[in-house]
Amino acid sequence: MRHAQLALSVNGEAVETSVAPYKTLLEVLREDLGLTGTKHGCELGECGACAVLIDGEPQLSCLVLALECEAREIETVEGMARGAQLHPLQAAFADLGAAQCGYCTPGILLTAKALLAREPRPTPSRIKEAISGNLCRCTGYQQIVEAIEEGARRMDDERRR
Amino acid sequence: MNVVGKPRRRVDGRAKVTGQTRFADDFALPRMVHLKLLRSPHAHALIESLDVARAQAHPGVHLVLTGKDFPVTFGILPVTQDEYALAPEHVRYVGDPVAGVVARDEQTATEALDLIEVRYHPLEPIATPEEALAKPEPRIHAYGERGNIHRLQAFQFGDADAAIAASDHVFEDIFFYEGNTHLPIEQHACVAALDADGKLTLWSSTQVPHYVHRALARVLRMPASQIRVIATPNGGGFGGKTDICNHELVAAKAALVLGRPVKICLNREEVFYMHRGRHPVLMKFRTGVTKDGKLTGMHLQTLVDGGAYGSYGVASTFYTGALQTVTYELPRYQFEAARVFTNKPPCGPKRGHGTPQPRYGQEIQLDKIAERLDKDPAELRLAMLAKPNSLTANWLRIGSIGLEQCIKTVVERSDWKNRYRKLPQGRGLGLACGAYLCGAGLPIYWNKMPQSGVQLLLDRSGQVTLFCGATEIGQGSDDVLAAIVSEVLGIDPYEVRCVTGDTGMTPVDLGSYSSRVTLMAGNAAIQAAQKLKSMLAEAAAEDLEVTPERISFANGRVSFESHSLTFAEAVVLAEAKFGTLGAVGSYSPPRAPGKYKGAGVGPSPAYSYTACVVEAQVDPRTGWITIPKIWIAHDIGRTINPVLARGQVEGSVYMGLSEALMEEQVFRRLPPKLSRALVHKMPSLLEYKSITSLEMPEMDTVLIEDPDPNGPFGAKEVGQGPLLPVPPAVANAIHDAVGVRINEIPITPDKVMRALEKKAKGEAPRVGPERFPDVPYPQPLIVPPAWEGGDGSEVKRHDAAAVV
Repeated sequence: MRHAQLALSVNGEAVETSVAPYKTLLEVLREDLGLTGTKHGCELGECGACAVLIDGEPQLSCLVLALECEAREIETVEGMARGAQLHPLQAAFADLGAAQCGYCTPGILLTAKALLAREPRPTPSRIKEAISGNLCRCTGYQQIVEAIEEGARRMDDERRR
Repeated sequence: MNVVGKPRRRVDGRAKVTGQTRFADDFALPRMVHLKLLRSPHAHALIESLDVARAQAHPGVHLVLTGKDFPVTFGILPVTQDEYALAPEHVRYVGDPVAGVVARDEQTATEALDLIEVRYHPLEPIATPEEALAKPEPRIHAYGERGNIHRLQAFQFGDADAAIAASDHVFEDIFFYEGNTHLPIEQHACVAALDADGKLTLWSSTQVPHYVHRALARVLRMPASQIRVIATPNGGGFGGKTDICNHELVAAKAALVLGRPVKICLNREEVFYMHRGRHPVLMKFRTGVTKDGKLTGMHLQTLVDGGAYGSYGVASTFYTGALQTVTYELPRYQFEAARVFTNKPPCGPKRGHGTPQPRYGQEIQLDKIAERLDKDPAELRLAMLAKPNSLTANWLRIGSIGLEQCIKTVVERSDWKNRYRKLPQGRGLGLACGAYLCGAGLPIYWNKMPQSGVQLLLDRSGQVTLFCGATEIGQGSDDVLAAIVSEVLGIDPYEVRCVTGDTGMTPVDLGSYSSRVTLMAGNAAIQAAQKLKSMLAEAAAEDLEVTPERISFANGRVSFESHSLTFAEAVVLAEAKFGTLGAVGSYSPPRAPGKYKGAGVGPSPAYSYTACVVEAQVDPRTGWITIPKIWIAHDIGRTINPVLARGQVEGSVYMGLSEALMEEQVFRRLPPKLSRALVHKMPSLLEYKSITSLEMPEMDTVLIEDPDPNGPFGAKEVGQGPLLPVPPAVANAIHDAVGVRINEIPITPDKVMRALEKKAKGEAPRVGPERFPDVPYPQPLIVPPAWEGGDGSEVKRHDAAAVV
């Protein structure tokens, strides 16, 4: 099959590549762009591990064709930190045990980031709703919920400063 | 303590939240090609012919491998070397691999799989343990006890039947615990490549690089020194990555043949076929109790559904009985077990390995005993706790036991005394306990070498590098090792660089299974660090003009009173005095007191203890179960990093609850016109139900510290034990809520409804297995407990004739 030219915006950078047209965004990110921070657990839209932000909305990158993302803004876990400084959500996840094996973590971080963009101080039950499509087998979710709350507090503090 | 016990970001925390942790499927090497496996569509069949010509000719295909390329068998246990990387003639479950295609990309390899022509001669599949017992033919394996019985075990530690017969009360119950799978979110993956020097390297999502290393050497018929296995950080393991995997062997062979890197990542469906998960176990408990609630004896029988291969099954089968003695005083104990082969993906070790199933039965039966004797279930248990520093009937040596404090903690925090048996209809509380190993006392293959080794290097920059074969599977083994070394050397844990899970670089550690890493690798790390500490102390003492024992190590400084050196300065002095600085430490568990045949499974340097209270809400119209809150207290001995320890407890609660309420690895028979194959009912993450963030209750987690002399700083395990009490506590809470007993896992709304209907009709309000089949257990091995004059040996040799 002929490759297609693709122009994407990934983590604020314009990227041009040529890919097989049947490739999912997940495959293009991981295999063509080397952004392996985005994970996969099923490639069927069941686990949430591959969630990325497309125009700010969490989407399962295993269910989106890369070609559909032309001219859209994609954010992956690699784009969260500011330079060497962790995003407050990332720091809270690391501090509070929200990442054990770390495999579901990128998808949950981005889902949480999108939630906090809409609702800066969500309740625990809103957080649980927002991440209910992201399966985690390690934590039992409690430390993840706490870390998202803590991340929200830290972002609030930053805004006030 | 400066580091141990302080809540901290884990040393690999930054990598995990930035997506920089490199999992096996994140590796891409130049010239890499891709492997896919062709799997059997039959549950049981002989391969009549296999034609790969069309696949080989498919454009983009580099290599096709079949069973002919793998004449040597493998298996995780030396006694069950019963698997082939690719089945040469006999397939034993739907999903058994028969061929491998290596192509330029996954898509091409997948296309070529369809071009392989296999003619099968289907055999009758054996679906259940009952069938396996009833049908010796067709045999799934040519080895085993006989027919489709893989293994029979029987032990008598004192005459339990006589003790039970003489008891005030006798309880007999049958329970069933359905199989379930680990479901790590990371699918198994590996990359095999030839290094520039022609040696083989395998990067794999394995919990046991040492065992994979040994299996590769055997199957590929290569010297082990020419092979390097690197365990990439696992994206969840839970026991699912503790076996040798077919795809690891096939990828390695393909890399050797092609001379280029070969990658495979299983798809989610294949992960369900790889399995090695929780064995389905049918159990019968006969227990004698005095009128004041003391156990007099227990006779436990188990029937274990092994699936198609041995895997860890012989050990798993022992574990369905080995740990019934370590929580409560049990003067006499008889245990009989059978593992049978069936044509389903092989079962193996999942978190708790063989022990959650009997724990479920034991703790529900104790609830019934408390009810019959009109005692509080917590008080009943508190009055019968095993004693610290004691021997059990089956000759296990117990060290510290913090279970009393665990029970009292969850009782107090859940307001048990005011709420148990007092909540409104539909709402209830249930209590259960558990105990687990801190590492198996014996290695998987017999040897006299240490189970864990650690090497430390120091250089004049002050840099500390730790090498250990332990594998980071998310549990925090790197963090534990860094914390322990930094505690001894008085430095910051983030100063320690950990190189782990690499058979080419690190001393052998047997792997991340049986909750062994903190205790075993931790002790090895202490030993290595202390050797370096004394060298540093000696060198610093000379400089500060004091005796070495007066030198202290803390906060990155090596000091005597107000005089101090930086850690790096002390290293420079020591390197000048002693030469290049390095030290090794190793750990071998204490010798177990049991000497009888079979005494190898169950001993551990220490045992962890857990108590749990579950609150349940049951809707009597629908049977729907909601769990609002769980209280759990775990005796961890000593907490190394409370953030991670709590995460292990809560992750165990989650997994136990998910098993209790919904997870099941079950199969259905296709209709005869579709081959009658036994197929997995739901090999997908959507259909295989597991708890999400929405169903997860609030957890109240307490770590109890009763240090064990065998643990590093007194530490015991935390990764598996806390799962054990959760399923029975759920069952007991449902009983308190609506008065029905569900003696079967998972506890689903339809079972609750059936029990409620029986209750309404005045029948016994119980749902679960009704009968225990006749199992031809052999004459038991007779091993008298210490208090009956035993010395840890059997008194009568195993009567081999009785087995046949």
